[in-house]
Amino acid sequence: MIVAEQKPLSEIKEIIAPYKKILILGCGTCMKTCFAGGEDEVAVLASALRLACKKDGKEIEIEEFTIERQCEDEFIQESAPAVSRNEGVLSLACGAGVQALARGFARTPVMPGVNTTFIGVLEKQGIFTEECSGCGDCRLDIFGGICPVTRCAKKLLNGPCGGSQNGKCEINPETDCAWQLIIDRLKALGQMHSLRRYIPPKNWRTSLSGGPRKLVREDHMI
Amino acid sequence: MNMNAQSRLQEILSKGDFAVTAECGPPRGANPEVVRKKGELLKGYVDAVNVTDNQTAIVRMSSIAACSHLLQMGLEPVMQMVTRDRNRIALQSDIMGAYSLGIKNILCLSGDHQSFGSQPDALNVFDIDSMNLIRTVQTMREQGKDMSGFELNGPPRMFIGAAANPFADPFEYRVIRLAKKIDAGADFIQTQCIYNMDRFKEWMKMARDEGLSEKVHILGGVTPMKSAGMARFMNNKVAGMDVPEPLIKRMAGVPKEKAIEEGLKICLETIAELREIEGVHGVHIMAIEWEEIVGQIVEASGLTPRP
Ligand code: SF4
Ligand code: SF4
Repeated sequence: MIVAEQKPLSEIKEIIAPYKKILILGCGTCMKTCFAGGEDEVAVLASALRLACKKDGKEIEIEEFTIERQCEDEFIQESAPAVSRNEGVLSLACGAGVQALARGFARTPVMPGVNTTFIGVLEKQGIFTEECSGCGDCRLDIFGGICPVTRCAKKLLNGPCGGSQNGKCEINPETDCAWQLIIDRLKALGQMHSLRRYIPPKNWRTSLSGGPRKLVREDHMI
Repeated sequence: MNMNAQSRLQEILSKGDFAVTAECGPPRGANPEVVRKKGELLKGYVDAVNVTDNQTAIVRMSSIAACSHLLQMGLEPVMQMVTRDRNRIALQSDIMGAYSLGIKNILCLSGDHQSFGSQPDALNVFDIDSMNLIRTVQTMREQGKDMSGFELNGPPRMFIGAAANPFADPFEYRVIRLAKKIDAGADFIQTQCIYNMDRFKEWMKMARDEGLSEKVHILGGVTPMKSAGMARFMNNKVAGMDVPEPLIKRMAGVPKEKAIEEGLKICLETIAELREIEGVHGVHIMAIEWEEIVGQIVEASGLTPRP
């Protein structure tokens, strides 16, 4: 899923400062799962903002609404009546959702309420970790199912740097060294020979480095 | 300059002499005098001088420029190059530029992560890793081609170095990594500072058993300690360093004013031991911001005069 974190209230207050009537729009898929912008978070944020604005003596009307996904037009349309009643929308979707919404409503300002951070998983309750950076050329097969492009702080493809100690990464003792994980796993799989192999420079053309990407599926076009 | 002449370091190593290299960190500024002063201190005591490349991710005068100042003084530089700050286009271009200036040795590194440095807000590059860099320099030298396969007009023919850290984890992988670096094209290896001699010897034995010490020149890294505090700091705070407790105790056991002396003693003992280890072909002395001590160490080790 896409993982995000709600912006601090002070920043959100600044972002919505020019408006007197706003819609806080939640996203019921990834943002709900990572507790950044589902229905519950929309409600909590709306009350907090109302209270904060009242304290500041600022008049504001806040409407709450949540759709299944903000990255799909079909769902976005469901929010059209609510959007049209307001001066602006504070979107609690990931960056893609915010942009899809903006594309859908040409005359309404759409503002981000979360910081989109990464593609990741729920490691355990309350802890999310980044696992993939969408490089467009997945080689998890040779790395034992653990991605060094994303999880090694130096994107090393040919083994751990000299800073790996006790299974942790040199940048932070809280962060696992991806290469320690890869080696442990390849050992368990009986594939240590993979480690001896020279991995040539990565082709980054398929990544964001090659410019914004577009996927065309002609078989699905009408 | 004779474009095809070997570097002095290469000559010494291939003759089977015990090589001595040291390190010179460029200044945080554009003052060439700093480099020249360090060069003066090292001249006559070492065969080549490693010039660091924005080490610990602190912005400094470029390695190429500092190498060129040393060259003008008649010293032979080893240009360190990290893949943290430049993509493959910039790396290859700088390798050619450096060679055109007369720089004939390179040490290929990935580099410390920028979060340690003076500008942790920076974007890192890591387009390729140190292994890929080694192979790139080797391909330029052996095939005369750049990474795209383009035939170069005057290919750089660098003597290629790589780093090894026998003290990092996972230990059993460290020799595999050494083998990979040799396959990729490393001619010489400079190791992380050696304090844990037992582990270093174990690593060397594994390297010998794999026949690796015959394929590459290994230079053992040493750094003289100045105090027990420094020993402890390196052990706890510097990524990939291993200073065993008995050594820390030994440093702590002498009065403060004798600590430097003790540190030097340890350093000399280490060098003496290194010279006895089969497959170790030299020593790399990293006396960070303490270049004036290098001459003393080399002399006291009986490694002067240099060839
Ligand atoms: S290799 Fe690329 S696509 Fe696969 S997990 Fe890593 S970043 Fe994602
Ligand atoms: S310690 Fe491990 S994860 Fe961290 S940069 Fe080095 S190899 Fe990558």
